[in-house]
Amino acid sequence: MLDQKRLHLRAAFFQAIRSFFQEQGFLEVDTPIRQPLVIPEHNIIPVPSGTYFLQSSPELYMKRLLASGCEQIFQICRCFRSGERGRLHLEEFVMLEWYRLDADYTILMEDCEKLFQFLDSELADCRFPVSLHEPWEKVTVEQAFQKYCSVSPGDALRQDTFDLLLVEEVEPNLGRKTPTILYDYPLELASLARPKADHIGIAERFELYVEGIELANGFSELTDPVQQRSRFEEEYAKMDASQKRQKKMPELFLQDLGKINQAAGIAMGLDRLFMLIIGQDSLDDAVPFAPDELDM
Amino acid sequence: MLTASDLRKGLKIQLDGQPYVITHFEFSKPGKGQALYRCKMRNMITGNQFTQTYRSNEKFEKPALEERKMQYLYNQGDEYHFMDTESYEQTFITKEQLGDNVSLMTDNMELDVLFFDEKPIDVTLPIFVNLLVTVAEPWAKGDTSGNDTKPVTVETGYSLQVPPFVVEGDTIQIDTRTGAYVTRVKE
Repeated sequence: MLDQKRLHLRAAFFQAIRSFFQEQGFLEVDTPIRQPLVIPEHNIIPVPSGTYFLQSSPELYMKRLLASGCEQIFQICRCFRSGERGRLHLEEFVMLEWYRLDADYTILMEDCEKLFQFLDSELADCRFPVSLHEPWEKVTVEQAFQKYCSVSPGDALRQDTFDLLLVEEVEPNLGRKTPTILYDYPLELASLARPKADHIGIAERFELYVEGIELANGFSELTDPVQQRSRFEEEYAKMDASQKRQKKMPELFLQDLGKINQAAGIAMGLDRLFMLIIGQDSLDDAVPFAPDELDM
Repeated sequence: MLTASDLRKGLKIQLDGQPYVITHFEFSKPGKGQALYRCKMRNMITGNQFTQTYRSNEKFEKPALEERKMQYLYNQGDEYHFMDTESYEQTFITKEQLGDNVSLMTDNMELDVLFFDEKPIDVTLPIFVNLLVTVAEPWAKGDTSGNDTKPVTVETGYSLQVPPFVVEGDTIQIDTRTGAYVTRVKE
């Protein structure tokens, strides 16, 4: 359970994030947490809620708001992912997502730098464990895999060792002196991201790391509903049959997606960020109540 | 059968016909990626340790482990003999397998013996054991070392720190999980 000091810090942390986005002209929005149909992503198992599911991310509804005319929106909300429990995972966690119309992933990288610098100056009692005032390290997935495991990401994917190498060989090296932006992912690992022009098989997706810990995942949004539909079909095809998910398409989302010309969006795990800046190394020590502290 | 999502610290699994206990466990999952379960394990027979990362589709067998109530009888060199309190069957475990447990075991003590494949591999002592103090130096008043404990030795040869009022011939209670003094037992 968080002590009084950390409860106040956590409140100030959320407040500072809201101030940052409001000052940048973002609109705070809220979208349904219970959804009949969640994003088809084969590695994310949703938590059922009656005949609905609890959201794994507000992504689809945030993009529908972009389609309705919003230009810059953000949301701080609870997300749920079944079976994800560890030092850096909670089945219920707090996500920050923000979206920009007519932007690409490079603008989001700049947002991340500005957000961290803002939090660093606003929150006197918190401390980022890495330098924010030198240029951030930026490395492509290809460069990182060659450097830390002498294999190309393509080969790793073919041998089904990509995730293992990423977690055990690559991630521990990232975000050590400054935060690290790991960018340009293989297309098959970015089912909602836009393919990069002139780079076959690469998507405009990036992840942000501090001290080896993944904090955020952002990308230039895929806005072509035809491509998006076939990516969802691929996700459903890879889904484990034991999940018993209805393989329905989010038709209203796909309809709205066609109304967006260009956009970019990002999701950041706020419990992890808060954990880092209060100097803890387990999420259980960064949230008001850890799962083990609930009445059973 | 167990699946990777059952893995956690303390779980016992069977690999290549050997029982292992998970001593450290870490769940990880890269963004949009697959769940990975990193386990550090100790072979429950040989004590050998190794680390392995498993994926969610992997399956494990439960080791055929069984605990039986037994009585410690005596030791003959490195062989420690036990008797099943129900069937009166006898068996022995080596000193090496017993490890630190030996230092708190007394004749006729009842304890749990863990069997794998009908072979005894480990014992679990009662949480509290009462042992006789056989060596205790009198506490020197005015001891300036600032310690409010002194060392004593109990009947098994085990030494520990106790409060100064404990004297030779006292019986004291020891917590077998920590090896620490709990209280003096009134006769």
